[in-house]
Amino acid sequence: MIETDLKKSVTEYRKLFPVLKQDIAYLDNAATTQKPQSVLDAMRYYYENDNANPLRGVYDLSERATAAYENARKKTAAFINAAAPEEIIFVRNASEALNLLAYSWCEDNISEGDEIVVSVMEHHSDFLPWRYMAEKKNAKLVKLEPDETGAVTDEALDRCLSEKTKLLAITQVSNVLGRVNDIKHIAEKVHSAGALISVDGAQSVPHMKVDVQDLDCDFLSFSGHKMFGPMGIGVLYGKREHLERMRPFMYGGEMIQTVHWDRVTYAELPHRFEAGTVNVGGAVGLSAAIDFINQAGWGIIEAQEEILTKRAIAGIKDLNKIRIIGSQNEDDHKGIVTFCVEDVHPHDVADILGRAGVCIRAGHHCAQPLMDHLGVKSTCRVSFAFYNTEEEVDRFIEELSKVRGLLGYGL
Amino acid sequence: MDFKTFYNEVVTDHNMHPLHKHPLENPDIEMEGVNPSCGDELTIQLKAKDGIITDGSFIGDGCAISQASADIMIDMIIGKTLDEARHLADIFIRMIKSEATPEEIEELQEAGALADISHMPARVKCAVLGWHTLDEIIKGVGKTAD
Repeated sequence: MIETDLKKSVTEYRKLFPVLKQDIAYLDNAATTQKPQSVLDAMRYYYENDNANPLRGVYDLSERATAAYENARKKTAAFINAAAPEEIIFVRNASEALNLLAYSWCEDNISEGDEIVVSVMEHHSDFLPWRYMAEKKNAKLVKLEPDETGAVTDEALDRCLSEKTKLLAITQVSNVLGRVNDIKHIAEKVHSAGALISVDGAQSVPHMKVDVQDLDCDFLSFSGHKMFGPMGIGVLYGKREHLERMRPFMYGGEMIQTVHWDRVTYAELPHRFEAGTVNVGGAVGLSAAIDFINQAGWGIIEAQEEILTKRAIAGIKDLNKIRIIGSQNEDDHKGIVTFCVEDVHPHDVADILGRAGVCIRAGHHCAQPLMDHLGVKSTCRVSFAFYNTEEEVDRFIEELSKVRGLLGYGL
Repeated sequence: MDFKTFYNEVVTDHNMHPLHKHPLENPDIEMEGVNPSCGDELTIQLKAKDGIITDGSFIGDGCAISQASADIMIDMIIGKTLDEARHLADIFIRMIKSEATPEEIEELQEAGALADISHMPARVKCAVLGWHTLDEIIKGVGKTAD
């Protein structure tokens, strides 16, 4: 794509985001993205025109609510190329997806002495549920460690996988290191070991084409709000053969076929896992967000995010006493760059930048085991969406260059 | 808020050149405080005799605000009784919640330089980390004395 065309497209797409009219450089997209007008409108339209309790009523309004909800499921299934809409379970967010999976799947599939492999770079939401279930089942939690650049090597994988391995949990893109894991290859190895693979897609699904059948992953979790959708809607994808054999996670309304005092039959997929009144407005918003991504296309999204990432890395490398965490190679960062400023605590960096209108994240990024592994307490992170501009990156670098001086340190 | 009033000289000085950031030999009391939002840990160590704090220090890494706040605090409480120290901690914590009177803030002397943090919700936990830990310590001492 010609660069000026890309710039024009980005400018046009950026205009669709009401929040971005403010004088800020929003560079915390790995935490949550902003929402385009079309997503806000779709949710508003649903509540103004089609709202009823779905899946229950036999009147027209409820049928429209049901259609809105189930169409969102179909769209989500197509988006990640799931084999069927029933393989899409709507949840609140990736955290809930991973909790559902760990609680429900481990209950019947993990016994004493079994092993669950979890990478050390996981977000707490892809670590704590497995840790809890392993403890509960007297199973062993095996730590998969990436090398110093964040890469998962075959040697590391081979050390972790054994005949006792039942499942491996790993993120497709680390929310700290920004490195893309080769899930297709890892899945192959995990399956050869006779285990299943659960992929945290929270940082990948918004930024690259994710095809669950091509990856051959057994489960994939992601959040709507990190991909231009609303907060409160997320997805657990699972292969039908696995989901069908899993017990419910939450019990309640609309997840049953029949309930009597002495016998209960649970609903078919996917409703068995969606107890209670569901978040139709959220699903409608997610559906509109998928439309938005499809309309923009991965070509524009990935090209722009790559330009921004490279510019940020080059800018940081030009400054003294600032260290990029993980791989020093710009190609290894999928829109996420994490760094430390010598002598200055990340919270101070983020605070000082925040005062200058540059929004970045500081802290442990809900990945404390990774911080321990890297030997740092906390770090700063910039993360991009394709609506970000090169001017915003320059503004970030400009403000970052002042930080040490403002706190009394030499530049 | 103006940058200068927040990261003022008092804060940057105490952060860059803390007077009391070192381990204490044979402390009588030691307690760790954690800021869950960033994972920072701060350990306060005190020596006390006859209800008077004779020496104190803190160790641990943290942001400029938490480090400066703890350093100022230790500086203020050495030589004070446990009751006086707790009184200061009480004022400080209320100051950060915008609940202290100007007279009370005056009592805090240098620590009053952190008053503006009450307008910065994201940094409140950093500022009070040391003071909360101190408060916990003194509460604990009270309990054992009972």
